[in-house]
Amino acid sequence: MKKTFRLEGLGCANCAAKIESAVSKLAGVSAASVNFMTTKMVIEGEDAHADEIVTQATAIVKKFEPDVIVRKA
Amino acid sequence: MKLSENQKQLIKTLIGAAVYTVAIITRVEGSLFSLGAFLVAYFIIGGDVLLRAVRNISHGQIFDENFLMSIATIGAFIVGDFAEAVAVMLFYQVGELFQSYAVDQSRKSIAGLMNIRPDYATVQRGELLAKVDPDEVKVDETIVIKPGERVPLDAIVLSGSSSVDTSALTGESLPRDVDAGDPLLSGCININGLLTARVTKEYGESTVSKILDLVENASSKKSNSEHFITRFAHYYTPVVVIVAVLLGLIPPLLIPGATFREWIYRGLIFLVISCPCALVISIPLSFFGGIGGASKRGILVKGSNFLEALAQTEIVVFDKTGTLTKGIFEVQQIIAEGIGADVLLELAAYAESYCNHPISRSLQKAYQKPIDNARISDVEEISGHGVTARVDNALVAAGNAKLMRRLGIEYKEPDTIGTVVHVAKDGVYCGCIVIADEVKEDAARAIQELKAANIRQTVMLTGDSKQIGERVAAQLGLDSVYTELLPADKVAKMEELFAEKSPRGKLAFVGDGINDAPVLARADIGIAMGGLGSDAAIEAADIVIMTDEPSKIATAIRVSQKTLRIVKQNITFALLVKGVVLVLGALGIATMWAAIFADVGVAILAILNAIRMLNMKSIK
Repeated sequence: MKKTFRLEGLGCANCAAKIESAVSKLAGVSAASVNFMTTKMVIEGEDAHADEIVTQATAIVKKFEPDVIVRKA
Repeated sequence: MKLSENQKQLIKTLIGAAVYTVAIITRVEGSLFSLGAFLVAYFIIGGDVLLRAVRNISHGQIFDENFLMSIATIGAFIVGDFAEAVAVMLFYQVGELFQSYAVDQSRKSIAGLMNIRPDYATVQRGELLAKVDPDEVKVDETIVIKPGERVPLDAIVLSGSSSVDTSALTGESLPRDVDAGDPLLSGCININGLLTARVTKEYGESTVSKILDLVENASSKKSNSEHFITRFAHYYTPVVVIVAVLLGLIPPLLIPGATFREWIYRGLIFLVISCPCALVISIPLSFFGGIGGASKRGILVKGSNFLEALAQTEIVVFDKTGTLTKGIFEVQQIIAEGIGADVLLELAAYAESYCNHPISRSLQKAYQKPIDNARISDVEEISGHGVTARVDNALVAAGNAKLMRRLGIEYKEPDTIGTVVHVAKDGVYCGCIVIADEVKEDAARAIQELKAANIRQTVMLTGDSKQIGERVAAQLGLDSVYTELLPADKVAKMEELFAEKSPRGKLAFVGDGINDAPVLARADIGIAMGGLGSDAAIEAADIVIMTDEPSKIATAIRVSQKTLRIVKQNITFALLVKGVVLVLGALGIATMWAAIFADVGVAILAILNAIRMLNMKSIK
């Protein structure tokens, strides 16, 4: 799977980097990138765990940037 | 009027600053009223920072900037430096505001740049014209594009003629004329005529959505500088914080006469500088600006890593046909003997009119007039030589030197490159026509500009003959040329060239993306030319030049060099200032004010420097 999300209100570049590294380490994720400038998060991972990955990734975003809204793009 | 988040923040900060000013003016040492005034200013300015710090700690997030700022300022209050405490918070907020403003601006400017997304398509369905989402239009449906509208999907013109503005895609300001039968690319703007067109690609496959996709995802491939900064930030903050704690605790316990007040103050200076924000934000900002500025000029860069690599290019390898030359065979020269040049061309065009050979087609094209078949008879094609035919009852022979020798006609070999068609009428030599692939107008300038941009070597690879290849290379001023190469030889030649560059240097290959995919892939940076409408090129290359101009390569390299220069300036400047203030702070020379500069001041300067990338007027 390859899913793209928009992180609305992403205001801190360092947090973007932290989110990226935390999401990359999730089980079943093969690659993740958070683009601070376009506020896009792209996650590539196993299809079988897709829902789980999305839930966990959203939780990670909330942990680092509680004000950010995660939307499907 | 609804205030944006930034405006609310700004108003709050201004009110806080006013209260702070009053507190300073009315300051009385040791007075509780003074402390109260500073505290009010502090909470107005930094209340949200404190809140976020508490909330993030509950999420298990320590070394976060809110927390660090809270500790630094609370610490300053405790040691009695009220004015400094509020100032740290005030300038921190000013810096944050500034950052968020700069980021918003550049996001907007890129969004404006990418404002090529068509909003609707007008489709003819039955008798009716319907305005629909471009997504809903199917291949082979008929769309209508009025003057001033954006072409929503890739299509072919059925009727009407107009000029279209392709500048959003190519950076080329000259409008392109289209007539029935011409392809239309989505994203262009119809300038003056009403066009009806048949859709050739669905929206998702159309040029405009491919370009949008490419640019939007461009900076997801990060450059080494970005990786370096992320890694650096990962260690920098914890290390500085730990040093700050040690600095506040150890010396007062070990050094006789050292006070906690003095050393905690030094530790707090460390905390104020501990956020790497300036660096972390200014580097993607620079790359983003660089990629955006390049795409404004019709140069699509697929990732920050490629923009970075481009600045280290040492060798640029060109394919010849279609890259440095137009790839279209045209009559270059007519050398007539004893008859007029137009008569010579007419004879050749008629004699060759039955062949469907590129040479013949270019003769017809140069002749421009329709061929009257009644004037020709007895056409005989002699394979590998040319043709003989009766034109207006005269026996005309048109072909290469071999044909002339075979017919026993004396001829002159012109001193030019290209394919020569000799013409004889009734056994008398009348001259020759030179047909060749034309060098692009800006090809020579492209090579000069590359040299000016410090490219060490320019190389041309071609499957063409040695004579033609070497002539073109000399004309354009290329450093070296390898001719008569088969596609596989090109890859082998590239391997040899790789050995000639320095370990850090990069090799770029420029081709038209049609049959050089293996070479494009093998190069450090594959650049495809004339990407407009060619899916293969957009897929295969790392950088796509939307127009046919090779001079855009030098432009891309200049953009890349400027980006890297700014990135390096920011890294060096920020590290240097932070380093110096850290050392001076530990020695007790630097004050909290210096720390504020090292944090907020550096962030603002780095961002201002990065924003220069968005203003690309200085790069041609």
